[in-house]
Amino acid sequence: MDGDHACCEGALAAGCRFVAGYPITPSTAVVERFARRIPRVGGVFIQMEDELASSIAIQGAVWAGKKAMTVTSGPGYSLMMEHIGLAVMTECPCVFVNVQRGGPSTGLPTLPGQADMMQARWGSHGDYEIIALCPDSPQECFDFMIDAFNLSEQYRVPVMFMMDECIGHMIEKVTIPEADKIDVTPRNYTKLPPDQYLPFKPAENMVPEMVKAGDGYRIHVTGLTHDYRGYPVMSADCQEELVHRLVNKINRNEEKIRHIIATDIEDADVVVIAYGITARVAVDAIALARKQGVKVGLLRLVVVWPFPEAVIRDLANKGKALVMAEMNYGQIYYEVERCAQGKVPVLLAGHGGGDVHKTEAIAEKIVEANKCLS
Amino acid sequence: MAIRYHDNPFGKHKPGGPKGRVVIVEDGCKGCGFCVEYCPNDVLVLSSRYNVKGYHPPEVVHPDKCVNCGFCRMICPEFAIYTVAIEPETV
Amino acid sequence: MSVIDELQQAVKNSPRQSPGDEHPMSNFLRMDRIPHIWCPTCGIGTTVNCFAQALERCSIPLDDVAVVSGIGCTGRVAGYVKTDSFHTTHGRAIPFATGLRLGNPKLKVVVFSGDGDLFSIGGNHFNHAARRNLDMTVICVNNFNYAMTGGQVAPTSPTDSVLTTSPYGNFETPFNLPFLAESVGATFVARWTALHIHRVTESMIKALMKPGFSFIEIIAPCPTIFERKNKFGDGLDRLKFYHDNSEIIHGAPTKDVDIGLRNKIIVGEFVDIERPTFIESMNAYLKRRLGSDYDIYEG
Repeated sequence: MDGDHACCEGALAAGCRFVAGYPITPSTAVVERFARRIPRVGGVFIQMEDELASSIAIQGAVWAGKKAMTVTSGPGYSLMMEHIGLAVMTECPCVFVNVQRGGPSTGLPTLPGQADMMQARWGSHGDYEIIALCPDSPQECFDFMIDAFNLSEQYRVPVMFMMDECIGHMIEKVTIPEADKIDVTPRNYTKLPPDQYLPFKPAENMVPEMVKAGDGYRIHVTGLTHDYRGYPVMSADCQEELVHRLVNKINRNEEKIRHIIATDIEDADVVVIAYGITARVAVDAIALARKQGVKVGLLRLVVVWPFPEAVIRDLANKGKALVMAEMNYGQIYYEVERCAQGKVPVLLAGHGGGDVHKTEAIAEKIVEANKCLS
Repeated sequence: MAIRYHDNPFGKHKPGGPKGRVVIVEDGCKGCGFCVEYCPNDVLVLSSRYNVKGYHPPEVVHPDKCVNCGFCRMICPEFAIYTVAIEPETV
Repeated sequence: MSVIDELQQAVKNSPRQSPGDEHPMSNFLRMDRIPHIWCPTCGIGTTVNCFAQALERCSIPLDDVAVVSGIGCTGRVAGYVKTDSFHTTHGRAIPFATGLRLGNPKLKVVVFSGDGDLFSIGGNHFNHAARRNLDMTVICVNNFNYAMTGGQVAPTSPTDSVLTTSPYGNFETPFNLPFLAESVGATFVARWTALHIHRVTESMIKALMKPGFSFIEIIAPCPTIFERKNKFGDGLDRLKFYHDNSEIIHGAPTKDVDIGLRNKIIVGEFVDIERPTFIESMNAYLKRRLGSDYDIYEG
């Protein structure tokens, strides 16, 4: 099964029953599989007229009580930005899958890229926090898709599932566990009666409880700055309270959301940081560098946003040189550099996309970083 | 030949048509005059008073003419006027 | 206490409102949000009255109704109606409503938005929702301009209309909305003005009860901008204009109902046809192809 198909199966396993999409290479296989599969499990797939429509139709379905997602790539992701903002503002749990390709613009439709990472973080206007996951194999496309849905329900936030063309088209064995072994987070519906319920009043974890349309709560949901009732309030105070909470419900739970996979970093002098397909290339590069006598480990970011700042600070405090390997000219690199606070050398092994890294390119940077240390 | 109506047919009072009472949410009014212009029985005029927003709200000049048709409520863009039925026995 | 709070307090304590008289709209409107933001003599509030009346007359429980709006003056309707209401992004009310309706086909989904929102930025979504015959009612309050942003020319502004971005007069050809709606597949198409309150209500009832994609255009005065800039007087003058210049022709060929700046406005119910809705078609096709593997979708 390839990554695109595994992503679809993962979503279905997570309970996703509404998908709106628009075909775009290299994510098309996901919508094609949904079109075949979802009617058989009691869900709806609709091919919308464009990505703008797809990205908001899923939010309509979420408020109707469905778990929903959309999937796209490069240019389509740019079109979806407005509705990522809407999903953040209205705290609408949903998943956006981006099978990244080379950009900017139409770029490289059939070849990989990892240059949408900052767009995932900051693409919509305004200040906000989202969660972004990066799988590195078809198996992880399945497994982490379930995590993506669970996180979106837990924090009522749109979750970005940042695949890339390589992962999407990579065919590997995928083990699908028994349905009862899959941990699925249900939506947190309120138990309060309509007269006591305030749709945007945060519970203890800063996340409000949800209701769905048609349940008699007669809620108002708006993309405008709103108070607990959901009514628009045009004031700096309300803005401060709302945006502060939207940002902090993710930031303050960073440790809980954090998902990193560290390999051999305890004794390492150099740590390679990577995510997605590049993390797999980095494994080979690390083996190559170790042959040359460099003590090097790998820190793989599965959850890239919220960024695990404390982990990077810790590595920097321990004096480990850092090599950021990613398929762009420095996006997460600057985050790493910021967290390193100049205490250790931070090197970028990057390129513009279109192909995975050459193993030697990352290995060279590892050796160079090691030299910087001494 | 014109039909003649009797005030007291068969010795009974002629049954009255529906009657209504106009309720004006005066301070919600923005003085557009729609209700005054389109009241079919000319129950309302614009008053010379000002409301809290500085508009002239309507006032009822012919309360007896209101037939509770509700046109004023329907055409009022401000949801600031409506009529309440008056039960026939209280007329 | 803010100015708004003071006003609300004042409205609540209004001496003319006798205690015990409950506002007939209080079940339908979010009274805690009234007064609304619309200008004096604006026609949008009137259309909301008609909508409330239509819902009441069809006996649709308000809990089952969802109102979706986009952005703009009419986009604010969702904020004032006491149903499940969604104020979405600019132009995207229809795709949001698509998801809402498909997510829960028991909901009565109504899109209430303006001409710029539905036909300029959201034009493509309108076409496709009508083509698919998605079960929803689209109510478009057409005030011929972008009023919320200060009166720019819209795709519905009649030729010659003077607006802030057509200071020398609009030289473009506007959309003829009923014609557009019919040609892309709407099953019910009507046009009225804000003066035709009973007709609007009747058409709304028909649209709400009709399965499939129904469309009602309501021409409403925008006294602050369109009427002022084009020397039509205020909203009341404009209602008088509608009174004198609208002609009711039910079933008129929609290609003939375009609107000139000062011409006669043809109103009426133009289209009323039957077509299988999106969900009906989906269920029929998938059942035929998948047999026992497919359960009829009901939400």
